[in-house]
Amino acid sequence: MAFTFTDDSRRQLEWLLTRYPEKRAALLPAMRLVEEQQGCVDVEALDCLARELGLPPAYVYGVFTFYTHYRLPTDGKYVVMVCATLPCALRGAQMVFDTFKEELKIGLGETTPDKMFTLKKVECLGSCTTAPVCQINDDFFENLTPQKIREIVEDLKAGRVPRHLSNGPTLDGGKCGYRPMVEAMQDTP
Amino acid sequence: MILPDFKPILFDGACRKGEWTLERYLAKDGYQAFRKVLAMKRDPATNSIPALIDEVQKSGLRGRGGAGFSTGRKWSFVDFKSPKPRYLVANFDESEPGTCKDRVIGMYNPHMLIEGCLIAMHAVGIEWGYIYIRGEFADVFERLTRACAEACQAGFLGPNVLGSGHGFHLQPHRGSGAYVCGEETGLLSSLEGNRGYPKVKPPFPATAGAWGCPTVVNNAGTLASLPHLIRIGAGAYAQIGAAPAVGDTPPSTGSPGSQVYCLSGHVKRPGLYEHPMNVTMRELIYDERFGGGMLDDIPIKAVIPGGSSMPVMRCDGKSYLGSNGREIADSLDMEMSFDAVRAAGSLLGSAAVIVMNERVCMVNALYNLARFYHHESCGQCTPCREGTGWLEKILAKIVSGKARPADFERLHSVATQMSGTTICLLSDSVAMPVGSFVTKFREEFKYYCEHGKSMVKDAIRL
Ligand SMILES: Cc1cc2nc3c(=O)[nH]c(=O)nc-3n(C[C@H](O)[C@H](O)[C@H](O)COP(=O)(O)O)c2cc1C
Ligand code: SF4
Ligand code: FES
Repeated sequence: MAFTFTDDSRRQLEWLLTRYPEKRAALLPAMRLVEEQQGCVDVEALDCLARELGLPPAYVYGVFTFYTHYRLPTDGKYVVMVCATLPCALRGAQMVFDTFKEELKIGLGETTPDKMFTLKKVECLGSCTTAPVCQINDDFFENLTPQKIREIVEDLKAGRVPRHLSNGPTLDGGKCGYRPMVEAMQDTP
Repeated sequence: MILPDFKPILFDGACRKGEWTLERYLAKDGYQAFRKVLAMKRDPATNSIPALIDEVQKSGLRGRGGAGFSTGRKWSFVDFKSPKPRYLVANFDESEPGTCKDRVIGMYNPHMLIEGCLIAMHAVGIEWGYIYIRGEFADVFERLTRACAEACQAGFLGPNVLGSGHGFHLQPHRGSGAYVCGEETGLLSSLEGNRGYPKVKPPFPATAGAWGCPTVVNNAGTLASLPHLIRIGAGAYAQIGAAPAVGDTPPSTGSPGSQVYCLSGHVKRPGLYEHPMNVTMRELIYDERFGGGMLDDIPIKAVIPGGSSMPVMRCDGKSYLGSNGREIADSLDMEMSFDAVRAAGSLLGSAAVIVMNERVCMVNALYNLARFYHHESCGQCTPCREGTGWLEKILAKIVSGKARPADFERLHSVATQMSGTTICLLSDSVAMPVGSFVTKFREEFKYYCEHGKSMVKDAIRL
């Protein structure tokens, strides 16, 4: 199905284009707008971005595939990213990964049949002093223990905001995107 | 040496939830430093303020992003003759394993970073600045967006800031998961909407950076240090923790100012500790005010003092054969300053101190890091793309128990060929840990190759 921007996303995109000397620079932020609007970035959206920004589709695909943190259409509702780099590994990253594997009954890179969870290993998440950590979608969970992990999974399955959520947009009352700036600048001529 | 009466500057109590707002920042004299510099007039010939750039240089402030380069000097290299616009880019990519200080500054003290950006922009004559935030930090991105919105409303950002006639604009920009985008030219490629490919230097960003224009790239922590520097003045700033320059590299500026040490790994209390750079590694790890000692009292074996790209130090009291053919033993009583760590054979880098205890198998630890660098190599240069792959493969073979002694020697030769042969320093950043691990813990690597298993009893699963 062809992708179209909602009015809200379009307003942010139009504003973004005024913030850079070249249209192309809005490509990465625009992918985030897509991601927020429909939960993932797919080929239709990339084609739409190519048209909007006047770039060849192949260029847009090329840029998109370089980066690893956009959500894909094949990802589950919750993407569990377990940090596996040394500082986390020293504090039990393997335990974290094994516990998720057991709880979710899936292996590395797999998605549960109900499309709820995808399990990934990622590199340093920039929160090494609270190792071991994982990120689920955009939220951080720190100082993990098997008990905490079981409770997080339980809460997500029940549709609750998980206990032990330590940092992330969910704690700030949901995502704001660029809206605060767009609005602030409308108020100030 | 621990200073008992030192008051944190970057983590000045704002590091608690809910205290990040403009209102709270203004109540602590926020934006006063910016007002002070805004009263200084720009030199019409260069549209910059040489006196302010000089002040920052005199303070001795050094970059917190990894290289420890003098911030004032970096600004003075900007091509002021170019008719093109200039840009500021705050490097908030923070992906060096072990490093997590900028994140806390951005979350709990975002206005200090914004004020720092404004000071840098006024000094160098810049209208547009970008804060490049790593993709994983959605929370930081949103917080900075909200803080910038507040700053717009209060008139600190906009086309005519506080009636000065100067425009200042700041734009938070979120990346998407690529370590190499922390390298300044990779970051600029990414900002321009491209793959995060580093570019050959020269030209340096100061001459031709973002969109081919003169650009200042500074670490977010460096920029956040500026308001305090301006408030107390260069002379007083230079005195903070005044560590005399040591070692061989003239002209050294010493290591003034406070540093945020990211203490991770096997200590009782991992965390972020702010202190002038005259604290020793032993104090950081063992003192009650910092790490509080080794986790479960298992003795220490090794420390990486400045993020995973820096050479490891051997701290179990045993010596190793240095490249000069002499026996060397690394000391915990080293001051954690740029110069002292360098003199001791490693680098302070981003001040990320990764502590490892006796139960860490150094072969497996290096395998973990090799995997990281292989994953993060952008693939433009053959020595880096292939070299990181080879290192991971050889180490995988060693830890699987199928290696021969020759494989151990091969690690060294691959790493040697990766140094100084590529576009960016990522490749060298692999060569440094590999070289140091293999030299300093030679017996562990040899044992693993010869016996097909780790020399370490009850090794931690990495
Ligand atoms: C592979 C690589 C990764 C880097 N990652 C970062 C980073 O995540 N954050 C950062 O501030 N600097 C990073 N740097 C250093 C930057 O290239 C640059 O030196 C720094 O942003 C300059 O700021 P400073 O002078 O304020 O330290 C990295 C360098 C290399 C070679
Ligand atoms: S050294 Fe590695 S990361 Fe840097 S440009 Fe070359 S291939 Fe890319
Ligand atoms: S190593 Fe896991 S957050 Fe840095």
